Amino acid sequence: MARRAGAPEVSAGSMADIAFLLLIFFLVTTTIETDAGLDRMLPPMEPPTEAPPIIKQKNIFTVNINRNGQLLVEDEILSIDKLREKAMAFLDNGGAPSGSPDYCSYCKGKRIAESSDNPTKAIISLKNDRETKYSTYITVQNELVGAYNDLRNREAKRLFGKDYVAMEAEYLNPETEDSVKEELKEKVTRVQGLFPQKLSEAETSSE
Amino acid sequence: MSKFAKKKDGEIPAVSTASLPDIVFMLLFFFMTVTVMKDSSLKVENVLPNASEVKKLEKKDRVIYIYVGKPTREYEKTFGTEPKIQLNDKFSSPSEVGDYILMERAKKPQEIQNVLTTALKVDKNASMGLISDIKQELRKVNALKVNYTTYEGDAFNNLQ
Repeated sequence: MARRAGAPEVSAGSMADIAFLLLIFFLVTTTIETDAGLDRMLPPMEPPTEAPPIIKQKNIFTVNINRNGQLLVEDEILSIDKLREKAMAFLDNGGAPSGSPDYCSYCKGKRIAESSDNPTKAIISLKNDRETKYSTYITVQNELVGAYNDLRNREAKRLFGKDYVAMEAEYLNPETEDSVKEELKEKVTRVQGLFPQKLSEAETSSE
Repeated sequence: MSKFAKKKDGEIPAVSTASLPDIVFMLLFFFMTVTVMKDSSLKVENVLPNASEVKKLEKKDRVIYIYVGKPTREYEKTFGTEPKIQLNDKFSSPSEVGDYILMERAKKPQEIQNVLTTALKVDKNASMGLISDIKQELRKVNALKVNYTTYEGDAFNNLQ
């Protein structure tokens, strides 16, 4: 008599392996979202007794944003997409004559005497109106930070053959090994020293 | 008559459930890893501006968040349409920012209290007046490291 067999049992032994495979796949591919943004340092509250340091007018690059988002740069109206170029020209100017203590050997600017002496002296002063839109402000900040980054990239490429931004990102990454970090720190601070970020923000005007 | 009991015709063997725990654990682990604890629900509109020169905010435990934006629709009636500051779960005035920072700082372990960053998550339509007030408050409590949180993208998109 022919016997009809029941459905054969499915082998479940490898199910655990499949499960772990999936688990590991998701573990590796899932990244928890991290925020990104523009890092800035606010100036500390200065004690009221201290006299403000005297800075030569030619070493200050003034940027004014009005309530309609228009820019006044060095007393001239400028469109926002020219800002980076203009800020770089100012920072990289190196106007001090050779032989003077402020002489800038690595500057590639036009060396105009009326503009900044040295990148380490140059200050960008940013002023905005209370009615200025935040998005405009961020764009201006982004362009100014971009101007510094472009110049730092140029110097880092010349000195170490590497992008400054890439080096800094690697330095700040918590997964970088300590020995690599140590080496990067030296390079990063050296490039930062060549073009220190001196971005001063005046208190907001309300008129 | 055989020694072994014959199976009855047509009976389907039970599906093995030995691997069920594995599947459950897998799901559990998966959700454990991808879940981000949500500490405050947003009560303000929060469309961040774009910027290209961004740095990542590593180490979430060292960050204090401040949200600024227009109240969302359900709060519009009570709080109006002017941009507001949200600290934790409630709307606040600029003068409360300092206290909030000090309070949050006190909650953190001693060794990281000096390296905290304040992340300003500001809606792109907010005006700078409010931001300047916040910055003044931050300076008063010596919380000088700020991060204007943005999306990564072309900064000129902000201007449209």
